[in-house]
This record gives sequence, C-alpha cells and structure tokens, in this order.
Amino acid sequence: MNFDDTPQEAAFRAEAKAWIAANAPKQYEEDLRKSALGRTQIKGANLLDVAKAWQKKKAAAGWACLHWPKEYGGRGASPIERVIWQQEEGPFGKLSSVFIIGHGMCGPTVMAFAGEEQKRKYLPPLAAGEKIWCQLFSEPAGGSDVAGLRTRAEKKGDEWIVNGQKIWTSGAHYSDYGILLTRTDPTVPKHKGLTMFFLDMKSPGVEVRPIKQASGQSDFNEVYFTDVHIPDSQRLGAVGDGWNVSLTTLMNERMSIGAGVATGFPELFEFCNGLMLEDGPAIENRNVRSKLASWAVKASGLRYTSMRTISALSKGERPGPENSIGKLVAASMIQDVAMYALDLQGAAGVVSSQEDAEVAGKFQAMLLRAPGTRVEGGTDEIMRNIIAERVLGLPGDIRVDKDVPFNQIPTKGRA
Amino acid sequence: MNFDFSDDQKQMRDAARKFLSEKCPPKAVRAVLDGKAAYDKELWKGLAEMGFLGVAIPEAFGGAGAGHLELCVIAEEMGRAIAPVPFSSTVYLAAEALLIAGSDAQKQKWLPKIAAGEAIGTLALFEGAGNPSPKAIKLTAAGGTLNGVKKPVPDGAIADFAVVAARTGSTGRDSDISLFLVDLKAGGVEVKELTNVDPTRGQAELTFKNCKAEPLGAAGEGWGVITQVLDRAAVLLAFEQVGGSDRALEMGRDYALDRIAFGRPIGSFQAIKHMLADMYVSATLARSNCYYGAWALSTNAGELPEAAAAARISATQAFQHCSKNNIQVHGGMGFTWEFDCHMYYRRANATAVTLGSLSYWEDALIDRMRKKNAA
Repeated sequence: MNFDDTPQEAAFRAEAKAWIAANAPKQYEEDLRKSALGRTQIKGANLLDVAKAWQKKKAAAGWACLHWPKEYGGRGASPIERVIWQQEEGPFGKLSSVFIIGHGMCGPTVMAFAGEEQKRKYLPPLAAGEKIWCQLFSEPAGGSDVAGLRTRAEKKGDEWIVNGQKIWTSGAHYSDYGILLTRTDPTVPKHKGLTMFFLDMKSPGVEVRPIKQASGQSDFNEVYFTDVHIPDSQRLGAVGDGWNVSLTTLMNERMSIGAGVATGFPELFEFCNGLMLEDGPAIENRNVRSKLASWAVKASGLRYTSMRTISALSKGERPGPENSIGKLVAASMIQDVAMYALDLQGAAGVVSSQEDAEVAGKFQAMLLRAPGTRVEGGTDEIMRNIIAERVLGLPGDIRVDKDVPFNQIPTKGRA
Repeated sequence: MNFDFSDDQKQMRDAARKFLSEKCPPKAVRAVLDGKAAYDKELWKGLAEMGFLGVAIPEAFGGAGAGHLELCVIAEEMGRAIAPVPFSSTVYLAAEALLIAGSDAQKQKWLPKIAAGEAIGTLALFEGAGNPSPKAIKLTAAGGTLNGVKKPVPDGAIADFAVVAARTGSTGRDSDISLFLVDLKAGGVEVKELTNVDPTRGQAELTFKNCKAEPLGAAGEGWGVITQVLDRAAVLLAFEQVGGSDRALEMGRDYALDRIAFGRPIGSFQAIKHMLADMYVSATLARSNCYYGAWALSTNAGELPEAAAAARISATQAFQHCSKNNIQVHGGMGFTWEFDCHMYYRRANATAVTLGSLSYWEDALIDRMRKKNAA
C-alpha cells in the first residue's frame, strides 16, 4: 500500500498544478474556499460569468472535460488523470458546478446517441462552457418513478410537438440546451413508450419558472412545454427506446467521482474546537466527543472509500460498487451535523444572522438545505434500493404497473 | 496510488479463507461454544503449520517475516470464520508487546513458540470494570514479584505466559506503570475461568500472589508500550470485525433470498432490503477505515494512533450493526441456538469491549485529531 503517484501521474499532476497556478482566477480563491456545501458565493462578480470565463480558459488550453475525446472538446485523459485534475483544481473546481449536469450527463448521452455532425457541433461549446445544458427528466408525477413521466411528444411530419411539464430542473434558467425525456406512446407499458430528445431551451413554447425551495433559495425550476417543436433530427436513440437512453445518462452520473462528498464534518469539528460551553470547551465534553467521533469515522470512511475507487482507476481496473454508499451516507449526515451544531449553541442556535456569519449562519443554511440533499439525484430510499439490488443482488420491487399500458395505470391514490 | 492489498496479499487471504472454511466450519466453532473444549487445538496447530501465527514475526524469531499487511488479511479471515482460538490475545497483544518492548532473549524465548503454535500468550491489563487507564492499575510489582488481580484477561485460562501491566510508582503519572512478563505455568498465579458473552474466546481472572516476574521493557515505560500495543491490536481486531461484519451481512442476504413469506422472498420487501443496504454501508465504511489503519500500521506511520482509533470505532459499530440485524432478518430462527447468527452477535459484542470500549476509542480519536489539528 502506498499513496504515491506513478511517474506518469506525477508528471500529469505537476503539469496541471503549474497551469492552474499560472491561470486560475486567484482573486476569488478565498471566497470559493469558504463557500460550503453547494452554496458557492463570490463577492463583487457574477458567479456564472466567472465560471464561464474559467471554463473557457481551461478549454483553450486543453483542460476542459478531461475524459472526453479531443475531437469533442476534451483531452482524452484517463479516469485517474481526471481525479488528479480535480484534486489540483481544488476550490476553483466549485466553479464547475454549473457545468456538472452538461458535462457529466447530457454530453455523454449526446456522445452515445447523436450523429457525428451533431456531436462536432454541440459538444465542443458544451465542453468550453459557452453553452450550458440541463437535464429534463423529473416530473410532478414522475420523481423516483421517472418512467411514470407524462410529458407528451407527438410526431407531426419531420417534427415532434411537445406538451407537458418538467420539474426540479437544475439550471434551466441559464441553460441553452436540454435533454428531454418524453412519452411518445401511452398505449404500451411505461418503460416502453419513452423517447429522448435534445432541444434549444430558447424554443418557442418553453417557459422556465424558478421554484422557491423550503430553504428560500431557488436552485431548481419548473419547465413548461406548450406546443414546442423539436426536429426529428434531435432525437437521441430510437423511438420508444428513451428508457435505455436515460440509463446511459444516469450511469454516467454515477461514474463521475467527485473530489469528495461534503459531509459537514470538517466544519463541525472546527466549530466544536472553538466553542465554549457553560462547563468548558465543547471539544472536552464527553457527549460532544462521542458524537464527533461517530461522524469522524463516517467522514474518513467515505474519504478512504473514494481512495479505494481512485486506486482501482489508477491501476486501470474497474472500481467496485463501494462508491455507491457516498451520497446516502453524506446526505443524512449533513442534516444530522447541522442539527447538532445548532443544538450545541442552545437557544442561540436558532439565530442565523449573527455577526460571525461564517460560523453561525453556515450551519443554519446547511440545516435548511439538507432535506433537499436527501432527495435530489436519488432519494435515500432509491439509493438503498440500488445498493440492495445491484450490490447485494436482492430482488427488485414487485412492480404492479410493469405490464400495464401506461394510459391504464391509476393516477390517483384515494378517490 | 495503491490503496489496496497486493496480489500476493490477496492470495494469502484466499488461502486463509480456504483453509478456514475447511478447518473451521461453524460446527468447529460450536464445539467450543458448547464447552467441549477450551479452544480448537487442531485448528491452532493447523494455523501454525500454515505459517499464519508467525506471519508478522521476523524470521530471526521463527516467524515468516512477512509483515502486518499480511497479518491484516489473515485477521479478516479469522473474524469471518469467528475462529475459536486465542489468536488475538497471542498474536495481536502478546507478540506485539514482545516485538515492541522485549529483549532479544525474551523474544527468542517466546516468539518462536508463538509461531510454532506451542505457546499461547495474552495481555493482563484490566482490573475490573473500566477502560484502559494507568490510574486503574492497582496490581503492584516490587522486587520482581507481582501482587494483585487482573480481570478479565482474554484467553487467560489457556495462556502459557502473560504480559502484565503493573504499578511501580505512585506519582500519578504514566511513568508509574511498568510491564512484566510472567510464565503462567511457573506457579504464583491462580487462574479462574470466567463465563462470558462469547465462550468461543475465553476470559479469566488471574490472581498474582508473590508471583515471580521479569521486566518487559524499561521500568516506567509500560504505559507507552500498552498504548502502542492497543493501537496495533485495534487495527488487527478491526479487520476481524470487518470479516465478521461481511459474513453476517452475507448470512442475512442469503436468508432473505431463500425465505418466502407473504408469497415472495422476504428480500424483496424494502424493509428488509434497506436494512441489508444499511449493513453494507457500515461494513464498507469500516473496511475503508481499516485499510487506512493497515497502511499506517504497516508503515509505522505517525498517523497510526488516529487511524487505529478510527478503524476500531468504525469496525466495532459495523460488526454490532451487521450481527444484530442479521438476527432481525432471520426472524425467530435467528434467535435459536441452532442457527449460527448468535455466534456472530456474541463475537461482535465481545470484541466491541475487549480492547477498551467505544467510549475509550472515541475519546482517543478526538484527542488525536485535536493534536493533529494543533500541529
């Protein structure tokens, strides 16, 4: 066992480090470093502009979408090189959050299912951050059960006419394109009647409305489609094969290994280290220590689990299923950590507008954002199903709607 | 980066698994559980022949001289098989104490015997309820004789020798504690076997009455050695716990696939699936923490104290979690003597405390993290 780079990895790391040192927007480094847990904030500039500028610079020098082929705007780098890049990019990597869905899910889907001409046209601007893409899958009636979606696409000549509504679309309000999963045949069972497209988000009939979340922020949108025309040439995969196409998208989502999932632990540890309770420093309190220790081993367990995955990549092996636990563990941990940080402050825990907002407001914001983290990108329950079925080999759920034509599936619980 | 065991080490794990599945089936564990023997002598002999007892003992002292990573993979298999032999007391505690603090003559005397399966050793540390602490040690050493009572002592009733922590000063500092080596067959020690939660690994009370003992390591440095031994043993025992967690998870999974209720395998109910998924999560977290512990142990890295505590906590939680929910998945049958589930539950809850309980290691982890933070 060792944590050393191979000579090639070391050379790649040195090159990446040098380029980042010479080119990164350092004036925002401090702000980016402080931005915690999905709330990236920089002072005195528009985040989207800064993000686009950084991405463009990276693309020009061949550091964008490292794992994509060169002809589509990438670098053709190996998975381990991508990990090394993320490690070196550090806080500047937070600027990539607006591109994650495009680069991690939409791009790979286009790459797998679009024609060559389209790939050369659409992928390089996506890689360079000139165009932002979103993913239009979830619907009010199809969350965990995505295949239950109801947005209709009907063929008319060389075009499809789309009507319906999507929800929970991250970044739709600043996206240029989207990949869209629709129902093209409601008379067959639900998984069989779906078709995937991509579309220009500026198409007539597309209306984006931000959702105000329980946290008060707006990270997501509802997107309404009213007689939106999509050329058949923008279909991804065969008619009726949309479910399989969407699995490619989701598979790519899981393949992307982040630079580490946020758990809230480092923030809590630092907080406890500085906090005074009535009877002395919090960190010397037995109850506090016990709680901290339990979270510490979860956080370190996740960190070393990613290292095992990275190690497999480094050896050119296929990683095992162990990384599938990350989101499930981290999401509820952030919530628990936030609640505990408030609890430690006693009645003052309720106040989120204290002077020292960096410490105080942080956990209150974490608390209010956390319920969403446990739901987005697969609820805790869906994640457990995935582990149970794909890792442990347990049977899938009994699906009462599996062989029923979609238009005969009940749509209401209690009458 | 290579954060994994080598192919050779994995082969050794496979060999250990194969050997243990043949020589240590649940039936063999049961024989000790039912009190037919104090431990599985045949298995102990076989482990010596395989070279597993001395895998981390240098060749100069009769071992294989492989290393601690090799010992980790074997420990995992011992835990998976819940082997009813004094492996942890002899190999993790006694042998490691000798390796850290023993004189050449002491090592020459005992280590080859350990490797050959001819001597069982243990660490006599605890004196009743409480966690490892120099303050808790009352047994005295004066003029080369020990007086006092140690309990519980793991495998104390079958051990040939013990490393004994004794009080040699009264300043209230760690330097009050010194270590001694005692030949338990030479007289001066009364041995009383104690019934315990996991009869497949015995516990005993040792009463020392003017018992002759030789110093192990320098006078007044005993507590430092104890701490090091506990850290090393924490990693190794954590691998046993991870092996046990995985096996308990597999037993639960297999039963959930086979058992039909309400017209379908119970493994198709989300209540059961999610319970098993959570078991996988804790076993995976523990395994990853253990790998880091293994790296720190094998390289004697400065990170070992923190890594050992993390591995210990994580693996203790995982084994307790997996073994109790394995019984839950099995329903009523899981609570019968006939099914093997309780053997894992017993082992999990015994190993959870035998090296100092969770609260001790939680305390240790936070202390060590603070120290690192301050540095």
